[in-house]
Amino acid sequence: MSQPLEKLGAFTESLRHLPDTDGHFGPYGGRFVAETLMGPVEELRAAYARCCHDMDFQRQLRRDLRDFVGRPSPLYFAECLSTQLKGARIYLKREDLNHTGAHKINNALGQALLAKRMGKTRLIAETGAGQHGVATATVAARFGFECVVYMGSEDIQRQAVNVYRMRLLGATVIPVTSGSRTLKDALNEAMRDWVAHVDDTFYVIGTVAGPHPYPMMVRDFHACIGEEARGQILAAEGRLPDSLIACVGGGSNAIGLFHAFLDDDVKLYGVEAGGAGLHTGKHAASLTAGRPGVLHGNRTYLLEDEAGQIRETHSVSAGLDYPGVGPEHAWLKEIGRVNYDTVTDEEALQAFHRLTRTEGIMPALESSHALAYAIKLAPAMPHHHLIIVNLSGRGDKDIQTVASREGITL
Amino acid sequence: MSRLAPVFKELKRAGRSALVTYITAGDPDGSVSVPLMHALTKAGADVLELGVPFSDPTADGPVIQQACERALAAGTTLGKVLAMVKEFRRADSHTPLVLMGYLNPMEAFGIEAFAGAAADAGVDGVITVDMPPEEAEPLAGLLKAQGVDPVFLLAPTTSGARLDRICEIASGFVYYVALKGVTGAASLDVQDVQQRLQVIRRATHLPVGVGFGVRDAQSAAKLAQFADAVVVGSAIVKRIGEHQSAPRELLTQVSGFVHGLRQAMDAARA
Repeated sequence: MSQPLEKLGAFTESLRHLPDTDGHFGPYGGRFVAETLMGPVEELRAAYARCCHDMDFQRQLRRDLRDFVGRPSPLYFAECLSTQLKGARIYLKREDLNHTGAHKINNALGQALLAKRMGKTRLIAETGAGQHGVATATVAARFGFECVVYMGSEDIQRQAVNVYRMRLLGATVIPVTSGSRTLKDALNEAMRDWVAHVDDTFYVIGTVAGPHPYPMMVRDFHACIGEEARGQILAAEGRLPDSLIACVGGGSNAIGLFHAFLDDDVKLYGVEAGGAGLHTGKHAASLTAGRPGVLHGNRTYLLEDEAGQIRETHSVSAGLDYPGVGPEHAWLKEIGRVNYDTVTDEEALQAFHRLTRTEGIMPALESSHALAYAIKLAPAMPHHHLIIVNLSGRGDKDIQTVASREGITL
Repeated sequence: MSRLAPVFKELKRAGRSALVTYITAGDPDGSVSVPLMHALTKAGADVLELGVPFSDPTADGPVIQQACERALAAGTTLGKVLAMVKEFRRADSHTPLVLMGYLNPMEAFGIEAFAGAAADAGVDGVITVDMPPEEAEPLAGLLKAQGVDPVFLLAPTTSGARLDRICEIASGFVYYVALKGVTGAASLDVQDVQQRLQVIRRATHLPVGVGFGVRDAQSAAKLAQFADAVVVGSAIVKRIGEHQSAPRELLTQVSGFVHGLRQAMDAARA
């Protein structure tokens, strides 16, 4: 947890201008896909570049973010929790209040609008906790796309409610039974679907990973989180926050919050899933315990064995249960701009209960990792220290998991 | 130096299309692979393609995914695959051998060490499925420096500009992926492939192989009329999967199938 303020002086150029034209964040990112997908990836890059400068597109995106998603999401001062912890003032960025209950909808909406522009008729997606699947099924219903969601059969068990939500929205949920039957295998299967249906299909990737332009594009669609938070904390406190904390699986909510603050004198903390503890090997902490490699179209930190085979991961939260991480995070780790650390299943569950009881807000188990870290940090901080925690999603989807951990059958 | 160029030249002179057979190394276990490789050449394979198993083979269909799972469960690593090549070379110094795999296991091995060890074992070419020309350095250069051909894929979605760029750095042969999909997917459209090959031949003098979706002797025979090489993978691996618990039967079945491919391809050229 030492770093990086003293190192900040070394960054003379803005950290917000990456990736380069081939999608590289330093040595990370890029495009590592089979030749058949290079054409579609290039088509997507060009279409997205056009939309960035297309006022009509930007106007529609802003309107739908406001009226359909419900943005801006509030920045809420967690007064009871802050008082209890007797330290820093903790603010929560309430992405849980978005339509469909998580930040994922920001990106699904942006990609759906882009798919429409590109004349695609079919959306496919992978999902872990089901939040991205639900978000994609939602925008598919809204804009009239056919929708297919790939989900590991293991996750289908864990997230039955979200599976049913997707089906209600008209999506086809396909169970993936290969490999470890979780998020990474769902991603493999979605890539196979895409390669077979490149003409009419748009692959809505749910995190800041995959081949260029996905890590950049998904980040851009989530950057509203940090942009809003910046204005909101200035209005509330008259100054920038001292620390930002977000959970990191693939890393989309974290980069969404961090990006607007990369060039500021603000400490950034990314919290990975420590699972049963790093020493047990049962975790999903690719940045903390992994090493660089190539998977799912990009070079980034991975959990792999000595022979380069991807390892199975574990986390109580399905949304963090992934052996890779977005390449921009790999780069931010390497230059020391963001501190990456871990929180265990048990600590996350305690934070889940604590926020539910003290603030009347039930956080997603993913977001509970960020909260648990804030709960660890805050007591040691002075009273004027300002922390913003990204409350990336709501916890309704997780009550089954929480109950079963306590031996309760609903 | 790579055996690919001289063997393709030899085949061209003889008016034959090369039969390239794919198996996943170590499937169903390490003891079968080398005898199987010899059986394949005996049955009429001109070039062997040896898959390096990977936990997340995103360009492969279910048949080769399952082969990867079997091979990994049997403890296959890239190091062991290279040892199999070495063993194969003791009895066969003529047949070109190409590795096909994904980048991550090669990087975990260390790409410099891999290029050297591949050449040393007697590998002639390497296809790295998830490494397009944009990301091909430094591995492609390291392989070339060791006399190993970096072989690249071309797809129906490859644009004209990309085609030129790929042909510029490719060596050994180029591999045309005949359909939009994963390995072993739906049948390919022979006429469409023939037209695409004419375009590819204008961009390169390298031999052009065709694969993905070649399911039987009939489709192999049609492709053999105009392709320099026909690659058959999933159709063979499927038979390995079916006979995984009976090694002798496995060899007989696969040999019979490959022999049938060979005969049909030769008849089509006669």
